Amino acid sequence: MNPILEIKNLKTRFYTQDGVVKAVNDVSYTMSSGEILGVVGESGCGKSVHALSMMQLIPDPPGKITNGEIWFDGRDLLTLNEDQMQKVRGRDIAMIFQDPMTSLNPVFTVGFQIVEALLLHNDMTKEEAKERASDLLNLVGIPGAKQRLNDYPHQFSGGMRQRAMIAMGLSCEPRLLIADEPTTALDVTIQAQIIDLVKKLQDELGMAIMWITHDLGVVAELAHTINVMYAGSIIETGKIRNIYKQTRHPYTIGLLGSLPRLDDSPGTELVSIPGLPPDLVALPEGCPFAARCGYRIDQCLTEKPPLVEIDGENHSVACWRWEEIAGMGTK
Amino acid sequence: MSKDNKILVEVRNLKKYFPVTGGLFFNKTKEVKAVDGVSFDIYQKETLGLVGETGCGKTTVGRTMLHLYEPTAGDILFDGVDLNSLGERELRHTRRRMQMIFQDPYASLNPRMTVGSIVGAPLDVHTKQNRKTKQARVQELLDIVGLNPDFVNRYPHEFSGGQRQRIGIARALALNPEFVVCDEPISSLDVSIQAQVVNLLEELQKRLGLTYLFIAHDLSMVRHISDRMAVMYLGKVVELADRDEIFLNSLHPYTQALMSAVPVPDPDLAEKKDRIILDGDIPNPSNPPVGCNFNTRCPVAKEICFTDEPEYREEKENHWVACHFPQKLQS
Repeated sequence: MNPILEIKNLKTRFYTQDGVVKAVNDVSYTMSSGEILGVVGESGCGKSVHALSMMQLIPDPPGKITNGEIWFDGRDLLTLNEDQMQKVRGRDIAMIFQDPMTSLNPVFTVGFQIVEALLLHNDMTKEEAKERASDLLNLVGIPGAKQRLNDYPHQFSGGMRQRAMIAMGLSCEPRLLIADEPTTALDVTIQAQIIDLVKKLQDELGMAIMWITHDLGVVAELAHTINVMYAGSIIETGKIRNIYKQTRHPYTIGLLGSLPRLDDSPGTELVSIPGLPPDLVALPEGCPFAARCGYRIDQCLTEKPPLVEIDGENHSVACWRWEEIAGMGTK
Repeated sequence: MSKDNKILVEVRNLKKYFPVTGGLFFNKTKEVKAVDGVSFDIYQKETLGLVGETGCGKTTVGRTMLHLYEPTAGDILFDGVDLNSLGERELRHTRRRMQMIFQDPYASLNPRMTVGSIVGAPLDVHTKQNRKTKQARVQELLDIVGLNPDFVNRYPHEFSGGQRQRIGIARALALNPEFVVCDEPISSLDVSIQAQVVNLLEELQKRLGLTYLFIAHDLSMVRHISDRMAVMYLGKVVELADRDEIFLNSLHPYTQALMSAVPVPDPDLAEKKDRIILDGDIPNPSNPPVGCNFNTRCPVAKEICFTDEPEYREEKENHWVACHFPQKLQS
């Protein structure tokens, strides 16, 4: 598969009163067209900031992309000016946000907001755009699409708003759709509907999807590959089966262990990860996870482990002791 | 939990309606039936899990049980005493024995009070301890919940979410309660921190002989911590049974759909899983459907479901369900 996106050594910093927040630290990876990539991590691990950096939606000041290249479609997005970038956003790369209430404008109808995006990026008349907007709402499973175009966001339920956001994201047939925690604010039965919908749409339309979430369950159902992030770095990446079945990084192991499973035998104690994620203003010199890690050795405190491929299948881990951990037979 | 265990809390046909006001003089126009006829028992030293989606009334049940809301109808018997029959003083006295842990550790701690005064506040209200004994008790409590006892003079903003939740737990334990309502205590925390707090709650239960009502929307976490589970939908309990019974042999179609919607953090299981995806959204609780509440989304609804409300009955021993056609669904 040919790569659609290649990120090289991306670094994003926020210059605040308390110091420099190192939000994204040397992130590099590629995404193929038609791939669903899950980006997983806890609050503050840089998963959203790295996506916003790609779209150049980082507020500057205080934020700044200090280093890196983002290759999309033969162009380095970081070299584009604002006008050129404006054309990429929405048309080539679209983004869906976590909270559909705050990302829809409450004083305009849903139809107006979808039509607006269509007119901005396509050469079509208002009538054509309206027609297309109602097709899109139909596509994402909103019944009575034509009438619902005239509704305001508050007349939609949470799940329907998120569907409308997806419709808007898809309106210009982007080749990459970035979904930033799109189901976090929704109930599980509604979340199941949205996941089902996104899978179907991806089958039909074939775009690449980047799904950012903290929920390891959701990506297990959806993604082909996964990036696990911690303190602004990717610490483990690979095909979904490798990540869940041949987990190698102690943080990923801990994260999976801290999830209760429906097939656990009663009385199983959850494996919690002690301590807290490090302060991004004062990142430790060595491995960012060292302070919480049960496998820590002296080297971890002084040298940051690089992300190395371990099996010829693009499964990479940033840990000095991955071989020993593999030998211990952790799943 | 068997029926020979002592019942600590009995809830009998509990109802809580909230008025909706409107019009020029803020007349009461209609009611939201947040809790509409709920009955269950909680045995001593057990954890009863209460699950359901947004707006199903689970938090209202918890709050009404402590008489933080005055119930519209129905009785709550705590250790055999009807809370409705108590005067204000007696109620306050009984409240020492029942406490609550809140969902949002940011909103439930007063930012202007030190940790010492937050945790010590229940002692001020209910006991006449001198400063020294109080201080000693506060430090003991902080130690119990795994915080450094020297933190007494710090303010909430100096703590992370998980640590704040520990402060909330310490406050709830200050008066040696028997019964604690845990209202979504972990849903605002990161995954690795969730496991820490759940393990703490379980350990405290063993050590102090506590009885929990554990309210959450995260089914896998509730299954992990509960002995029995109740599922709510639109103000009613639709099913209640032992934890494993409800997971393996649930009889209500909603329970089954809810369980099948929970994402599993394992790609192999996720693939094999039979998923029941419900259509539509949760109806508005101020205007619930006639007949069975669930009839708008139920895959097996028949004529009677649209006219008669199903009775909440003990279908099997210790397995209660409110459905006209309790059965295992084929997906």
